[in-house]
Amino acid sequence: MRKADLVIIGGGPAGMAAALSAREQGIEDILILERDSSLGGILQQCIHNGFGLHTFGEELTGPEYAWRYEKEVIDKKIPVLLNTMVLSVDESKVITASNTEDGIFQIEAKAIILAMGCRERPRGALNIAGTRPSGIYSAGMAQKLVNMKGYMPGREVVILGSGDIGLIMARRMTFEGARVHAVCELMPYSGGLARNIEQCLNDFDIPLKLSHTVVEIHGKERLEGVTIARVDENRRPIPETREYIPCDTLLLSVGLIPENELTAGAGIELSRITNGATVDENRQTEIEGIFACGNVLHVHDLVDFVSSEAEIAGRGAAAYIKGEAEKSDRVINISTDGRVRYTVPQRIAGQGDVDVYFRVADVYRDATIKVSDGERVILQKKKLKLAPGEMECVKLPADKLCGVENLRFSIEF
Amino acid sequence: MKHFDVAVIGAGVVGGLIARELSRYNLNICILEAQNDVAMGATRANSGIVHAGFDAEVGSFKARFNVAGSKMMKRVTDELGVKYKNNGSLVVGFSDADRKHIEKLVARGIENGVEGVRLIEVDELRAIEPNISDSAICALYAPTGAIVCPYELCIASIGNAMDNGASLKCDFKVEKIEKSDEKYVIYSENEHISADFVVNAAGIYADEIAKMVGDESFTVRARKGDYILLDRECGTMANCTIFRCPNEMGKGILVSPTVDGNLLLGPTSVNIDDKGDKSTYADGLSKIMATASENLRVGLPFGKSITSFCGLRAYGNTGDFIIRPACERFINVAGIESPGLSSAPAIAIYVAELLESEGLRLEKKEDFNPIREPKHAFREGSIAEKNEYIRRDASYGRIICRCESISEGEILDAIRSNPPARDLDGVKRRCRAGMGRCQGGFCAPYVMELIARENGVDFASVTKCGGESAIVFSKTKGVQE
Repeated sequence: MRKADLVIIGGGPAGMAAALSAREQGIEDILILERDSSLGGILQQCIHNGFGLHTFGEELTGPEYAWRYEKEVIDKKIPVLLNTMVLSVDESKVITASNTEDGIFQIEAKAIILAMGCRERPRGALNIAGTRPSGIYSAGMAQKLVNMKGYMPGREVVILGSGDIGLIMARRMTFEGARVHAVCELMPYSGGLARNIEQCLNDFDIPLKLSHTVVEIHGKERLEGVTIARVDENRRPIPETREYIPCDTLLLSVGLIPENELTAGAGIELSRITNGATVDENRQTEIEGIFACGNVLHVHDLVDFVSSEAEIAGRGAAAYIKGEAEKSDRVINISTDGRVRYTVPQRIAGQGDVDVYFRVADVYRDATIKVSDGERVILQKKKLKLAPGEMECVKLPADKLCGVENLRFSIEF
Repeated sequence: MKHFDVAVIGAGVVGGLIARELSRYNLNICILEAQNDVAMGATRANSGIVHAGFDAEVGSFKARFNVAGSKMMKRVTDELGVKYKNNGSLVVGFSDADRKHIEKLVARGIENGVEGVRLIEVDELRAIEPNISDSAICALYAPTGAIVCPYELCIASIGNAMDNGASLKCDFKVEKIEKSDEKYVIYSENEHISADFVVNAAGIYADEIAKMVGDESFTVRARKGDYILLDRECGTMANCTIFRCPNEMGKGILVSPTVDGNLLLGPTSVNIDDKGDKSTYADGLSKIMATASENLRVGLPFGKSITSFCGLRAYGNTGDFIIRPACERFINVAGIESPGLSSAPAIAIYVAELLESEGLRLEKKEDFNPIREPKHAFREGSIAEKNEYIRRDASYGRIICRCESISEGEILDAIRSNPPARDLDGVKRRCRAGMGRCQGGFCAPYVMELIARENGVDFASVTKCGGESAIVFSKTKGVQE
């Protein structure tokens, strides 16, 4: 069986940054497995700008951002197998993969970094009533058709869901001459970045209909229209508000789901909230030597955060391979109050300072982020506004974690 | 004008198995299908249950063909390389009235010749089906109940018929039939063929076809059934096919694993007037969610649903299958509602006999090959077996559909082998590419490229399901021709 010190599954932004960071730490024997025909992952089709403000201090397009990393992967001669699909990972860190040259083969790794990214929630998961014509696409598939294939999936468009890809595609379709009639969002707030609502909708007079959903799909072969309706506070459609919009295209931007089939197959339990593994501050999962980072761990809003998380995982994997991983007899578990939906990491195993990232469940104004150990408050921070679409971070200094067994993150007013 | 010995109108599972049965003989057969692919009517969207045969009235065609078809199904599916699972059926009772009804069903099953059918008490029920609802008190247990994938069976039977010489014409919507003493001339909008014998297996449109030769003795209505399909991770929540005690509108909402490992919930039952209405109804979907859960003690995770769809069942006005000559050399096979799928193999043999009594010569073909290579052999093979495929054809090493791990080789096989897939839905039904959790979000553009390349057509002409169902409209502004 082939062997490698570190195998990274996925050659998108997370996988590349993890590989570079592990190499930085002196790991030579690295292999990136990528299912697509080139590195870069979803960034390849994100031709709009706005990437890299945090990492490089400038606005790059998706492919430009990806190239900064890919170039380094090439320069550092990190081996990559393209067109290679990983079929399974087991708990003893044996990876089974498939490609046309090697057939189905196995690799035994000392450490694995899971960086498979996420996928879009399809129409089926929503159970919208009506017909099943063509013309209904996830926003990402439409983006691929427009940006990678050079084809327009439609002319008269309604978008359901105000996730970032949906917002970006509202603008992109408009640039290409399509008419975007509305972006409907089930929730009373958008899950997308504030800057995208401004630059992709408001700048083009595209209406954002909050607390609205698509209740019926019409058309036999190709989509002919959708019926939308306002929803009440329990997200149930209000019949009197039904409104028919003729359109030939419905784009869905209704959520991203981390792609964790391989993770679950390895026996790693998934969080019901993030749909990803739970990890410690080195992004190590419950199986020693298997790490996870990027959108496979939890869905990020900015690729810059993906890169920095991947660097943490790369360093963690390198330390593990070198046998330098900090051995600790205590683990601090982090719980949340529901207003804080989840944190990453979910547990702290080491002794150093820890950045804890988290997301909130609703829009909160004039709120206080509170971190306590059950009895005393370790840290609190006032915020004018917190929103589910924007990831938050607090730094927990090592000295404040001494003797702590449990941490609780909450939002208070 | 092309002439055939037999024309079979309708490429559903009934027409398909009839064509396959007839392809055993030295006959020139043509299957005519109105849609752009086979298995597009009731076959495309039904429960996929091989019923044991306890439901139908004693002495009816339904009882006779169901029990006979159910016994044949294992062999037929083995020959055609179609997945079949003998998982058993349960009809669950929650009250004394249900118990009485179940006792009647058991008695009827025994009279119909259903092997092993019996009433079981709650302890045995729980042993067979650990997730069964706490309020269940007893059940009918039919160990011969089974599941198949209905469109896989249809595609395989038509593929096997074609491999044995039968022709298939899709997009052939029969508009007129002219009858003369020696033959029938069958017209679609653009072409026509002639045949000595005709089998009308046109599903919900069978009454309209019969009318074209002057038979107005029956009508067929469409009965709509909505379904919800849950992710494969839910497929183990039920072992058996679980029915509620039936009422006059059918067998109620069932919960069943599928041969591919998903969990299927449905159908609702609504008679409709528009035979072209394949839309799901919001109240139907809510009804499934509300009632499917009653059978189980565990909540069903509707967040794991990957799709919902609607099937139209051909519901005849006689209460039984209508299988009889409309006039000489023309056999109606109409009103094949449930248990039509289970009955189809037996119906096929009966129709061949009817044709023979109408004068068709059935002379065995020496080189008839009943075997169709299983299309899921690669998917379910060991690593060594898969590598043998990849060694012969490297495209089996390239995974295109990520959710279901479907390789390019399997997709090409779906496009190349009989009956060839011509669009995205056709590929999906044949090899499951696009059938998984993301429902084609990732792989559709790749599959479109393969369809375009194999058929030598433009990317933009590839459709979801034929007709006006194009995926893309035009090139973007910046693309140079």
